Amino acid sequence: MIKVKDLKKNFGTKAAVDGVSFDVAKGEILGFLGPNGAGKSTTMRMITGFIPPSSGEARVGDFDVEKHPVEAKRLIGYLPENAPCYSDMTVSGFLKFCGEARGLRGPKLRDAVDRAIATCFLEPVVHQSIDTLSKGYRHRTCLAQSILHDPPVLVLDEPTDGLDPNQKHEVRSLIRRMGKDKAIVFSTHILEEVEAVCTRAIIIDRGRIVANGTPDELKARAAGAGTVVLRAADRGGAALRPFLEKLEGCSKVEIIAEQPAALRLHPKDANGAEALAARAHELAAREKWKLVELRIEEGRLDDVFRSITLPDSAPRLKS
Amino acid sequence: MSNCWGNIWSVAKRELSGTISSPVAYVFVVIFLLLSSFFTFMIGGFFERGQASLISFFGWHPWLYLFLVPAVGMRMWAEERRSGTIELLFTLPITTWQAIAGKFLAYLVIIAVALLLTFPVWITVNYLGAPDNGVILASYIGSLLLGASYLAVTSFTSALTRNQVVSFILAVVICLFLILCGWPPVLNLLNRVAGQGFVDLVAAFSFMTHFENIQRGVLDLRDIVFFASVIVFFLFATHAVLRARRAG
Repeated sequence: MIKVKDLKKNFGTKAAVDGVSFDVAKGEILGFLGPNGAGKSTTMRMITGFIPPSSGEARVGDFDVEKHPVEAKRLIGYLPENAPCYSDMTVSGFLKFCGEARGLRGPKLRDAVDRAIATCFLEPVVHQSIDTLSKGYRHRTCLAQSILHDPPVLVLDEPTDGLDPNQKHEVRSLIRRMGKDKAIVFSTHILEEVEAVCTRAIIIDRGRIVANGTPDELKARAAGAGTVVLRAADRGGAALRPFLEKLEGCSKVEIIAEQPAALRLHPKDANGAEALAARAHELAAREKWKLVELRIEEGRLDDVFRSITLPDSAPRLKS
Repeated sequence: MSNCWGNIWSVAKRELSGTISSPVAYVFVVIFLLLSSFFTFMIGGFFERGQASLISFFGWHPWLYLFLVPAVGMRMWAEERRSGTIELLFTLPITTWQAIAGKFLAYLVIIAVALLLTFPVWITVNYLGAPDNGVILASYIGSLLLGASYLAVTSFTSALTRNQVVSFILAVVICLFLILCGWPPVLNLLNRVAGQGFVDLVAAFSFMTHFENIQRGVLDLRDIVFFASVIVFFLFATHAVLRARRAG
């Protein structure tokens, strides 16, 4: 539904977005990650036709956003950053305006507004003026505007920003539910959100895509991913090390902590972690170690994010 | 383009609801009514003239509009830009022209309402004498065209900046220039340094020259074309500014 090809945007001499390409199909939820100022919002603004690209193209459905803006915009629901709303209107007045501007009239408009109000839990504030709303309600009012016309494409710029944990949870499950039959792009700073919601994630830094894959693929790129971590309560690390080094399929043993012992076992080949963990368990049982933890490190998205976007000061990536 | 008018109308309705729920529109209408009556009856010498005409009423309109129209219209684009709602407006499936036309119409409606509410003046003059109501109707149309021209200038200056005060001052200065370039003292001054041809050219760009023609009861096509072209020119300029600012 969304096709972005070599999109570039220069502000003066600074390249805010520098050759970004990706596709989002129906049923996909793409998480857009990156540090502040990486070009996430600029990319989203180009997809929604708010600013024109310096070069490259963005297509939504069958339409080039620059050449057929009205047709493309009809397919998109957009939640801009900071969720701007007309603060002098009431919630229902605002949603009615957005519906009318999208060509909804009469009973269709009423149904759409009612549905959006119910979906975003806005019933208590329907007739309230937007400038009297709390940030959470204001944010959800703007979100309601974006799903009002049941668009096949949703572009959400930080949809959970400024919400409390319960509201965050609601919005995430909403995105997951809608993701089944829409193409969704959303940006966030919160990495658990990507794991919880996305089918695919893109990390963007200084205007370029630096990683693109499923959350699991990205996590596998973290420094410790795929290693076995073992902790024993009654031994020292140095004492255990020689036993573990002799295990079949183990290439290296690192001591994380000496007392109580915590060690990291690196398997010889990438898929050997499970077998290695099983052998470590047998060994511990045989030697009667008081084993308190034995797990395969999954890798943390945080680490991947940090190592990709801060290349100098973070742990190195696996090649 | 079947829902072109629908889109313009939704934008206009939104803008109207925005101004109606804030005091802007009421202040405009009330101040316009108060000041226009004050100038007409107290300063314009409506009774002392002893004429059944509204010359002393319409004569003040260019000056009243000079402050009131930029004041009511200065938020048109500046506010959208300041609050970020411009991003919502321009990602809706409407064109820039539809948005411009919608906003322009909304504020034009407010000016028209203010003008309609001056009907007691018309009743007064008809009660006291037998004025030429054709002239009065022409003057009303001229006054609305004048207000619409100021409004187009304000739309342009409002698109230039996110600061409403700057937008207000720029609009007042441009409108003041377009008034003064037809004022006899200015024309006399120009007459001393330039030829009659140049003076006529400058005078031709004046709101005053054209508004006075209409006030005499002559709805000349040339005057209407003048106001229409000022409006179209400044709305085009608004469009150009919005496009340029969109490109960043």
